[in-house]
Amino acid sequence: MIAFIIQRLLQSILVMVAVAFVAFSLFAYVGDPVAIMLGVDFNETDKARMIAELGLDRPFYVQFANFVGNAIQGNFGLSYRLARPVDQLIFERLPATLELSFLAAILALIVGVPMGVYTGLKRDSWLSRIFLTVSLIGVSLPTFLIGILLILVFSVMLNWLPSFGRGQVVPIGWWTTGLLTISGLKALILPSITLGLFQMTLIMRLVRSEMLEVLRTDYIKFARARGLTNRAVNFGHALKNTLVPVITITGLQLGAIIAFAISTETVFQWPGMGQLFIQSVTFADVPVMAAYLCLMAFFFVVINLIVDLLYYAVDPRLRVDRGVAGGHAG
Amino acid sequence: MAPPRANRPLLEVRDLRVEFPTRRGTLVAVDGVSFHIDPGEVLGVVGESGAGKSLTGTAIIGLLEPPGRIAAGEILLEGRRIDNLPYEAMRRIRGREIGAVFQDPLTSLNPLYTIGRQLIETVSTHLDLSPAEARERAIRLLQEVGIPGAEHRIDHYPHQFSGGMRQRVVIALALCANPRLIVADEPTTALDVSIQAQIISLLKRLCREHGAAVMLVTHDMGVIAETADRVAVMYAGRIVEIGPVGDVIREARHPYTAGLMGSIPKIGRHEERLAQIDGAMPRLNEIPRGCAFNPRCPQAFERCRQERPRPVAAGRSIVACWLYDGAAPTRATTEMANE
Ligand SMILES: Nc1ncnc2c1ncn2[C@@H]1O[C@H](COP(=O)(O)OP(=O)(O)OP(=O)(O)O)[C@@H](O)[C@H]1O
Ligand code: SF4
Ligand SMILES: [Mg+2]
Repeated sequence: MIAFIIQRLLQSILVMVAVAFVAFSLFAYVGDPVAIMLGVDFNETDKARMIAELGLDRPFYVQFANFVGNAIQGNFGLSYRLARPVDQLIFERLPATLELSFLAAILALIVGVPMGVYTGLKRDSWLSRIFLTVSLIGVSLPTFLIGILLILVFSVMLNWLPSFGRGQVVPIGWWTTGLLTISGLKALILPSITLGLFQMTLIMRLVRSEMLEVLRTDYIKFARARGLTNRAVNFGHALKNTLVPVITITGLQLGAIIAFAISTETVFQWPGMGQLFIQSVTFADVPVMAAYLCLMAFFFVVINLIVDLLYYAVDPRLRVDRGVAGGHAG
Repeated sequence: MAPPRANRPLLEVRDLRVEFPTRRGTLVAVDGVSFHIDPGEVLGVVGESGAGKSLTGTAIIGLLEPPGRIAAGEILLEGRRIDNLPYEAMRRIRGREIGAVFQDPLTSLNPLYTIGRQLIETVSTHLDLSPAEARERAIRLLQEVGIPGAEHRIDHYPHQFSGGMRQRVVIALALCANPRLIVADEPTTALDVSIQAQIISLLKRLCREHGAAVMLVTHDMGVIAETADRVAVMYAGRIVEIGPVGDVIREARHPYTAGLMGSIPKIGRHEERLAQIDGAMPRLNEIPRGCAFNPRCPQAFERCRQERPRPVAAGRSIVACWLYDGAAPTRATTEMANE
């Protein structure tokens, strides 16, 4: 178990180093930082001083090591565009994106899983058919279109919900939350539906197909032959066996949600990291782009690690098999 | 050999018909099957692959999967019809009065739960016991089926047991609530040959001790000879012969049975398939008119191709063959072949 975690941690570190390298390369290939920072009028001494200050005259691996060392401390330098520390910019916007993403993920789970179970168990009911048809629309419509349609109906036509911004937010330490005010909650509704809809339909379809698969297995037939109640068979035995793939996909999807928040944030003018990233791209604001890239990779890696650990909680076969294998390796 | 016939059979199947509606017409997989099982009796069921053995067993425990359905006939447990019960009523019978053992012990147990949990949930579903009593009963069952160190093995997961051990657990699960009948569908086919005999004798001994009758589906004539009181031979969804095991094995009357018995393997030897007869069993959509066996039967005559033979008494057996109907002789079929 511990050996397995260590192995996974090493893998994660490797992934992070690789991503850091890509982020680092951005500095070299996207724009000329010296030119950008100095503006149009500069003389050669200014330029040389700047290069020395930025450490651009040192060998490449030293620069990379410096970059990684700084990144670990959250230091990505100054934004070219706003001339403020990048970590500050990111931390200001992190809460908006994370709240939106987690709400979208929770929405996707608490609606998607029951719908998947229902459509798996009642294959031929008309409600299942409706769910499946609607989910097809959810999968095929692009996110921004869904967002615009929701705004059209609920903001413009019905005037129930705001069409942009976070509403009123409350600071808790460096975090700002929209969960504690009415306007903040109202502002979250449309964006989180927009962001979660695709994942919701994905989870529903996944749970459904896994349920259908599991319900065909011998141990489910045998559970019925033992006279267990429908509830025990469907939820105690079948649903639990669908959890491993559901955990995997949901975990990966959570990463995808955070990353894909970009288009939702753009549609709803949501002051999150996605919006910051888009603005940075148009301005070739490399430090912000690099930081965003590293942070996203970090989220994916952490989520993957959690997913792996959840397997252990769910599937006893892994506990033994991998435990043994890890014992030899470590 | 067979126990004396009780007043009322434990299980009675009358004219059972199992159908699968398909786009290209209805497939009849079990067609007019009738038999009974007495309390404590072991009925062997043999026949080539696809003969309808498993479907008959599945129909009895009420777990036919749609679109498969019982289209006609009745199933009675101690005189009470169980084939038309609502799901919940039938659920209470499953496990409590009719237990089941499936073919593959590797896939019969839920991999995510300890065997203890699966035993205890079955016990508590059917019997009114406290959690501690249920656990105690589960441990006792594991000891009965011969799992060493049952007290701590109970908390192990299925993958921590060998195939044979898992089938013992499955048998313990089937016997959990002391059912009166066990439907065992090829309980040893998936196991290593070396442990098949052990599992069969364990099943037989435990069912005797618990007073449970067994419907034992198998391909292994050796197992039948050793274990069953009576044997039913199925062909193309029909029972062609049923009778005391000694009679059926030694003086098979139906030409199909005679073919099957043509080379009875020695006890314990494993025979994959029973087909020593030329040709193959017809598919469900091309079962011939009259006697289903007539294209392969060495003694078929005109009537066999027109009319379906009724089950008639022949000695202590019941046989569905024109050779034994009406004024038909009672001699062994081998002599008939010489005519
Ligand atoms: N869901 C289904 N749809 C259509 N036909 C089916 C279905 N299930 C079973 N059958 C058919 O019913 C017939 C009887 O099947 P059954 O499983 O009872 O055979 P069996 O005697 O148990 O054979 P085996 O020895 O191979 O286990 C077979 O021809 C099979 O193809
Ligand atoms: S009825 Fe005719 S075809 Fe069928 S087994 Fe008897 S003799 Fe053969
Ligand atoms: Mg079968």
